[in-house]
Amino acid sequence: MTNDEIRSFIENAIKENRVMLFMKGTPQQPACGFSMRTSGALNALSVKYAALDILPDPRIREELSGLSGWPTIPQLFVDGELVGGSDIVMEMFESGELAELLGAEQPDLADEPAPEPEQPVQQRPIGLENRLS
Amino acid sequence: MPSAEELKTRIEQALPGADVSVTDTTGGGDHFRAEIVSERFEGLTRIQQHRLIYDVFGDEVGRAIHALSIKTGTPSPAGDGR
Repeated sequence: MTNDEIRSFIENAIKENRVMLFMKGTPQQPACGFSMRTSGALNALSVKYAALDILPDPRIREELSGLSGWPTIPQLFVDGELVGGSDIVMEMFESGELAELLGAEQPDLADEPAPEPEQPVQQRPIGLENRLS
Repeated sequence: MPSAEELKTRIEQALPGADVSVTDTTGGGDHFRAEIVSERFEGLTRIQQHRLIYDVFGDEVGRAIHALSIKTGTPSPAGDGR
């Protein structure tokens, strides 16, 4: 797979999935605390989202950051727009803005300000990993 | 390896007058948490505010600076991403 193909794959993933998360690891097995918190916030809102693990090939991250102009992982896109990394997503989650943006119901945060990841409602398999070899 | 103090100084140089605090969250010199209050953030979205900070460090974020957690705010009481 060429870099151009990776980039257009990423562009399509952002276009085709209303809520698209690029992360280290998967929602089921996040490989970094920042990615874990971000996918955990989406899980807590019970929204459907697609997630792509950037770790299988370093070029995924290079192309993604080249495209978004955002240097760190995770990166959350909604309706094709970069919403932010884990700091912004967590701020928006805690303030209720994320629930509003996604049309989700804000969970009761009294007991659990930083949710542990649960099983996402739906994670559409993307399978970029399988196409990189 | 960058220090918290060095990051703080560089942010202050880029955003004169900003109230900046930087902590080394693991003590290892590669994971940092920066909290910045600056008038420069007025009228900017959070994305734009965070980009201003990332721009200070360019390619170092993700490399020498493995992780940089950012919290931004404006001096006005209601100020957050306005």
